[in-house]
Amino acid sequence: MRSSGSNKAALRFWQVLLFIVLLAIWHVATSPTLLPPLYFDDPHKAAFFFGEPLKILARTWEWFSSGTIYPHLWVTLLETVLAFIIGTVLGLGMGLWLALSPFASALLDPYIKALNSMPRVILAPIFAVWFGLDIASKVALGVTLVFFIVFFNVYQGVREVSYTVLANARILGASDRQLLRHVYVPSAMSWVFASLHNSVGLAFVGAVVGEYLGSSRGVGYLILQAEGTFDINSVFAGILVLTAFALLLDWAVSLAERRLLVWQPRGGETEKI
Amino acid sequence: MVPALALEDITVTFVSQDGGRYTAIKETTLQVAPGEFVSVVGPTGCGKSTLLNVAVGLLQPSAGRIRVFGEPLAGLNRKAGYLFQSEALMPWRTALDNVSAGLEFRGVERDAAAARALAWLQRVGLGGFGARYPHQLSGGMRKRVALAQTLILDPEIMLMDEPFSALDIQTRQLMENELLELWSANRKSVVFITHDLEEAISLSDRVVVLSAGPASRPIGGYEIDLPRPRDVAEIRLTPRFIELHTLIWGAMKNEVLKSYAQQRQQ
Repeated sequence: MRSSGSNKAALRFWQVLLFIVLLAIWHVATSPTLLPPLYFDDPHKAAFFFGEPLKILARTWEWFSSGTIYPHLWVTLLETVLAFIIGTVLGLGMGLWLALSPFASALLDPYIKALNSMPRVILAPIFAVWFGLDIASKVALGVTLVFFIVFFNVYQGVREVSYTVLANARILGASDRQLLRHVYVPSAMSWVFASLHNSVGLAFVGAVVGEYLGSSRGVGYLILQAEGTFDINSVFAGILVLTAFALLLDWAVSLAERRLLVWQPRGGETEKI
Repeated sequence: MVPALALEDITVTFVSQDGGRYTAIKETTLQVAPGEFVSVVGPTGCGKSTLLNVAVGLLQPSAGRIRVFGEPLAGLNRKAGYLFQSEALMPWRTALDNVSAGLEFRGVERDAAAARALAWLQRVGLGGFGARYPHQLSGGMRKRVALAQTLILDPEIMLMDEPFSALDIQTRQLMENELLELWSANRKSVVFITHDLEEAISLSDRVVVLSAGPASRPIGGYEIDLPRPRDVAEIRLTPRFIELHTLIWGAMKNEVLKSYAQQRQQ
């Protein structure tokens, strides 16, 4: 029998191999010279539509080595972070307020349902008109996406606070404000953190979609520009950068989560004395 | 002497949303003297917890008065500490922060609160576990943290709702002895709810028997004249304990059956 360690290494090996094989197929199928044209009448058409992996990697390398990508990445990151922070704060505030005020909750319920069901990406043009083509309109779009995730999680989190924990805190002398700070918010935050991957991901989506629909900076803008000149390799390079970046964000979130949710039992954890 | 806690003619009737009524407790009077350890026993579902929730002010009685050291109770009972049956620790706080919570709520400075909390953790034998979160502790340890969390505020009255019922029998006897030790060091009034008559007798100065619900009421009070200090495991083997147990159990059984018969006739 193999140990789980060597199993893991073997899995990694197969994953990398799969990646290389897929890349190789892509390369062979789009190269104008390696294969006779199978589907297209012109040998250059496959490359035109699907790009060429080597050129995509070269383009990506060029962006990073020349440094031209950094201002765009920075803008996209800034939009993502701002959208995430503002959306989280608003969602937290609204969630706490509505969960603790039954009247407000009943009053606003249909509106919140309607806003949540609305395909909010469609707001992007309106935000562009309201906030201009700079980062504000992208942040606004990201906020509308993040807000509802955080809002519903906070609302749920407050509703699910254990009656016993709440009663105990009150008997220990907590005022209403202290209950909010020491019981409701921590309980709600655990739900917010549980949705952290989702909300950071959507903040990123908001930023990129906003840029794509009209902007002068950002990775979404790069992709839009490349598309305008049928530079399919740059489009793919942009997608590659975005994907790598999204993975990086996700990893950062996992790190933050591990630090912030240390009080929650994790699956399989059996540390008990 | 003014009783530490006096429940006078307490009736609690719950009204459900469809208009149904359920009287959990009816015309119950219970007095606890300062420094007295009173246990309330009764069959499951007889409104023992309801009585305690009324005493601490979480629940308003439908009728009757509550006096705390002679003063009528309005809102939460600030002189009482409450030990819950289920988990009541804040899971996002470490053991130390849970113990210091009450002090913090009362405006004690953080460092001072933490120092006193550590001293209390040491008193309940958890000095080295302050940095752990509740989920990292065993059931018995969590109970001890909860005990320290309540006792650090030095309440005049301790209300305990079957606090040890979820523990295994060995841990339970250890906890009972620890409780007695802490209590005898600083005698406060205790109302201890349990369905376990042996636990009630071995801990208390007085055992009050409640009838079965609905409309529970006390059907007898028994002075426990066993000598202190006691060891809860050993005292169960003494003749006087067995005598008291037989006496109270007989009455408890009889009265429960009697009230049950009365209910059926109505």
